[in-house]
Amino acid sequence: MKAINRRQAFALGGGFVMLTLMPMGADAEVTNDAAKWIEKFTGGKQPAKGKISLDLPEIAENGNTVPLSINIESPMTAESYVKDVMIIADGNPNAGVATLSFTPLSGKAEASIRIRLATTQNVVAIAKMSDGSLFTEQKTVKVTIGGCGG
Amino acid sequence: MADKPRIKLPKEAAKGEVIQIKTLVSHVMESGQRKDAQGKTIPRKIINKFACEFNGKPVFSCGLEPAISANPYIQFDAKVDEAGTFKFSWTDDDGTVITAEEKIALKA
Repeated sequence: MKAINRRQAFALGGGFVMLTLMPMGADAEVTNDAAKWIEKFTGGKQPAKGKISLDLPEIAENGNTVPLSINIESPMTAESYVKDVMIIADGNPNAGVATLSFTPLSGKAEASIRIRLATTQNVVAIAKMSDGSLFTEQKTVKVTIGGCGG
Repeated sequence: MADKPRIKLPKEAAKGEVIQIKTLVSHVMESGQRKDAQGKTIPRKIINKFACEFNGKPVFSCGLEPAISANPYIQFDAKVDEAGTFKFSWTDDDGTVITAEEKIALKA
């Protein structure tokens, strides 16, 4: 095997630097008490993936009003419906965003609200069904101008 | 504040139809995070609860946190099985409640 020359050595080094920086560059760290909110809502149970479709812009220019739509698969009958949905933002000063409570009279487990996001972060939704099962979904939103004021 | 809330829903629906309701209420939704010119924190003042009921039965409700934008817009659905009245209420941190009502008829 040929020994690496100077150029290749540089390329390798560069690659290594990139790699070590990446985890920090890959934004969205949890900076608040999101875990506590989730724990309180789920009672420590692990929610499954799926059933929820969470619609948020990939990039929000203005963190003051970010449109959020959520839709959960459910027949919404008296026997089986979506009870509560908690929405959490893990990079805001306070993790809580909203708790939506549906009933069979809602017809569809669907809602839209507008939220504030302080910085680039994950928005997490957890749905509690009438039978107690839990589902979750999350989206990362890149925020250009934060929405919590100075 | 205390402008009349804006509510949009159809005037009539077929029995069993799921309709969409859009609501918007004027409110500063002061987050409690901002500071005024003197550097003092502006106290939190938000709508912390929204609820909708139809003929006295709960349809949808929503607990709100400071992370909800000013002039909260809430859109949701409701299943209409009979003619009746939707009642909406927004509860402020200071205890005041803004209310509104909308009637809906069944399609003949």
